[in-house]
Amino acid sequence: MPKDSGIGASSKRREDVRFLTGSGNYTDDINIFGQLHVHFLRADMAHAKLNGVDTAAAEAMPGVHRVFTGADFEAVGGIPCGWLITDRFGQPMQEPRHPVLAHGKIRHVGEPICAVVADTLAQARDAAEAIVLDYETLPAVIDMKAAVSDSSVKVHEELTSNLCYDWGFVEDNRDAVDAAIKGAAHVTTLELVNNRLVANPMEPRVAVGEYNRSDDMHTLHTTSQNPHVIRLLMGAFVLGIPEHKLRVVAPDVGGGFGTKIFHYAEEAFCTFAAKALNRPVKWTSTRSEAFMSDAHGRDHVTKIELALDADNNFVAVRTETYANMGAYLSTFASSVPTWLHGTLMAGNYKTPHVYVNVKAVFTNTVPVDAYRGAGRPEATYQLERVIDMAARELGVDPIALRRQNFITEFPYATPVAVEYDTGDYHATMDKLEEIADFAGFKARRAESERNGKLRGLGINCYIEACGIAPSNLVGQLGARAGLYDAATVRVNATGSISVMVGAHSHGQGHETSFPQVISEMIGIPEDQITIVHGDTSKIPFGMGTYGSRSLAVCGSAMVRAAEKVINKAKKIAAHLLEASDGDIELKDGRFSVAGTDKSVAWGDVTLAAYVPHNYPLTDIEPGLEETAFYDPANFTYPSGAYACEVELDPETGHVKIDRFSAADDFGNIINPMIVTGQVHGGIAQGIGQAMLEGCVYDADGQLLSASYMDYAMPRALDVPFYTVDHSCQTPCTHNPLGVKGCGEAGAIGSPPSVVNAVIDAIASGSGKAVAHIDMPLTPSRVWAAMQ
Amino acid sequence: MLRLMASMRFREDFHVRVSMTVNGRNVSGEVEGRTLLVEFLREGLHLTGTHVGCDTSQCGACTVHVDGMQVKACSMFAAEADGAQVATIEGVAANDGTLSAIQQAFQDHHGLQCGFCTPGMVMAAASLLKANPKPTEHEVREHLEGNICRCTGYHNIVKAIMAASGQEMPALAAE
Repeated sequence: MPKDSGIGASSKRREDVRFLTGSGNYTDDINIFGQLHVHFLRADMAHAKLNGVDTAAAEAMPGVHRVFTGADFEAVGGIPCGWLITDRFGQPMQEPRHPVLAHGKIRHVGEPICAVVADTLAQARDAAEAIVLDYETLPAVIDMKAAVSDSSVKVHEELTSNLCYDWGFVEDNRDAVDAAIKGAAHVTTLELVNNRLVANPMEPRVAVGEYNRSDDMHTLHTTSQNPHVIRLLMGAFVLGIPEHKLRVVAPDVGGGFGTKIFHYAEEAFCTFAAKALNRPVKWTSTRSEAFMSDAHGRDHVTKIELALDADNNFVAVRTETYANMGAYLSTFASSVPTWLHGTLMAGNYKTPHVYVNVKAVFTNTVPVDAYRGAGRPEATYQLERVIDMAARELGVDPIALRRQNFITEFPYATPVAVEYDTGDYHATMDKLEEIADFAGFKARRAESERNGKLRGLGINCYIEACGIAPSNLVGQLGARAGLYDAATVRVNATGSISVMVGAHSHGQGHETSFPQVISEMIGIPEDQITIVHGDTSKIPFGMGTYGSRSLAVCGSAMVRAAEKVINKAKKIAAHLLEASDGDIELKDGRFSVAGTDKSVAWGDVTLAAYVPHNYPLTDIEPGLEETAFYDPANFTYPSGAYACEVELDPETGHVKIDRFSAADDFGNIINPMIVTGQVHGGIAQGIGQAMLEGCVYDADGQLLSASYMDYAMPRALDVPFYTVDHSCQTPCTHNPLGVKGCGEAGAIGSPPSVVNAVIDAIASGSGKAVAHIDMPLTPSRVWAAMQ
Repeated sequence: MLRLMASMRFREDFHVRVSMTVNGRNVSGEVEGRTLLVEFLREGLHLTGTHVGCDTSQCGACTVHVDGMQVKACSMFAAEADGAQVATIEGVAANDGTLSAIQQAFQDHHGLQCGFCTPGMVMAAASLLKANPKPTEHEVREHLEGNICRCTGYHNIVKAIMAASGQEMPALAAE
């Protein structure tokens, strides 16, 4: 019997009502009396020397208050990068200055050059047309390998080359890996592209800056996944505003998928301009601007080699990846192809030798940073494609080959620095075989063939690392921030509870799932608990939501704070019940003395805490409010097995995703409905990457896919109903809830099985064999590969 | 009579006076000729439930009904809606706050996550079910061609619309 509340219940989402009735409060819904509007004049060339900007005519246009240029920002800091990578020679990465507005040089299409602030947006746009730029176009650097091999054109003159870093992991293992590959019975080599994507949350980014001269207080309303991170980065590193004079509010945020983690120039601009003009300043991104200013994702070019012994045991993996950084280092860009990618290259397998080389490259393109999965989809895709290819080359069953090499004993220390605490990869594969109805595949294939189609079945496994921490470890790895989170549990006098959390909800349903945990712990109804998030003036210093960390890290902080509250409440209850606090038990919202019928209700104890007439004031303070910061001891390691079944029309190359099944192990589950929804959405984004999405630049650096007319995202007809199961649960061993994180799994786990399925479909036909097709698998690519 | 924001005042030669009925309420205002219906709704009437997710009429976040027809409010000028009956997400639930059958189905079946595309989805679903009270799964998906959701993978949106049409899908109910 499913529970109807607390941990494990599919509680309906309380936030839905406001979203369903048009009552949400998204940043673009915020309009402040007296606000001005900013329009950014953005570069339409990829690379140019900017000799001068003439803004006189624009400033004379109706309604224009001021036109800002790069010169206005010379005195402030650049947009910082949050992770320092040390290369394989022990040298720090090359880290160029990232100006708020371009100054002297333009480095990618879409880079903001000038900002026109006017009474209305239309006036600002009109005036931007009157700005005269004096510039000389330079050759653009777009192809990563060319950017590295030829330094005659540099994205940043002050750097020695276009190479940000050349990273080896684990560098000391390199020779052993080379030797293992040399001595292997079989080596499968695959060169592939992990296509550049645009995250495309449906809500474009918005920033509204406010300034109050009377108390020197700045407020930024912004579409962010982590308001405290923005306050720290922008306040301390860009604008020099101390935290107590800067409030960052991220209200309802319409999806993030990583791209709203980062600190962007437009946020700094609106905050800066609000003070300069002493008026609120608002910017709302158009979708076209989003395509050329939101950080992109993925964009790796990789060669992977998988070596096997004569018994088909994996003996070594060696990879060489070129990772596109774009023109500047976005907030976490440098960590994505390194620590979020290299550490996952062991996958679910007991490969003894692994070496990962990553060359991060500057190009004249939009900066690239974390997008749902961030490094882990890239690792999974390479590994699960090369394993499938090896199985095909060796003529063995791809599932059997994987099973043979599964890690089965935990904890397991991989050769790439991480230690998996728990997992059961056979269990998720068993579950997958059941829910995907592998047994019925043969009949479905025969049916497709009767209709002149080819049917393919592709599977893959995945492992991811979530809740990145502990802080002292990531600090050693170059992180410039702590990766803990924080929560304050504030019990009100009559027993209701407000929980202030560092995590931010932009679709994940924290307002519903977090109270389920507190309700379970205390035994009061979920509707007695409210979650407060998204406002630095209300919440403790937490690091926000990304990397599937909210429940594993912030949820753990909330549990710790609630435990402190309960411990204090037990002392109060003990006083009221004239018992020892060691004998007090809390169950179903009542404190009772063990072994007696004496008890007191939760609300009576909380009231006593705030009306402390009968209260042990000499021993404990009044009030009932506790804060906890939680810094995890290790990453969490969700894992799973996915299957995709496709039907391919050999006449046209069109691929239909017919079935998709996912068996995940997320550890313990708080709200199964929400978890299932997270997996659905992740799978759709993975299918999008595999089948439809591709961000394309031409050789001159023009962005060819800059609108929904050119960049294809999955629509309802492109995807099937998914079969999702998360009944395999090996709880995380090191956080109090035993949870692992579920937000990114779908996007990490789905692309390889889609491609594996298409390769399988082609192999089932009578035409030529196809070893690999790069994503997205558009009809033209599939058809061309088959000819 | 509406009080218009400063942003709605433009040079006189561009002014157009528009009157329409929005969610049963008579409204009027002065707009620029180029003002889109969605801009008039959001900025002029403060009906911010209708969202703007793109600038090429692709995403459907701004879907409303104009004279009973499903329309992307970014694809017509406010002036074109002069004299029209306009329905937005704000008018879908009952006055006492009771959700419509479609809205309730979206909550029951977790048909939304971040909520940004949701008003457009609800308006599109209402239009579908009015014309086709018992659509097939394929017809639902086909009807949503002009509405993009980035969060849900559509699974629960399709389920919700099927459920709102009285067609529960038992094979999927356990999820």
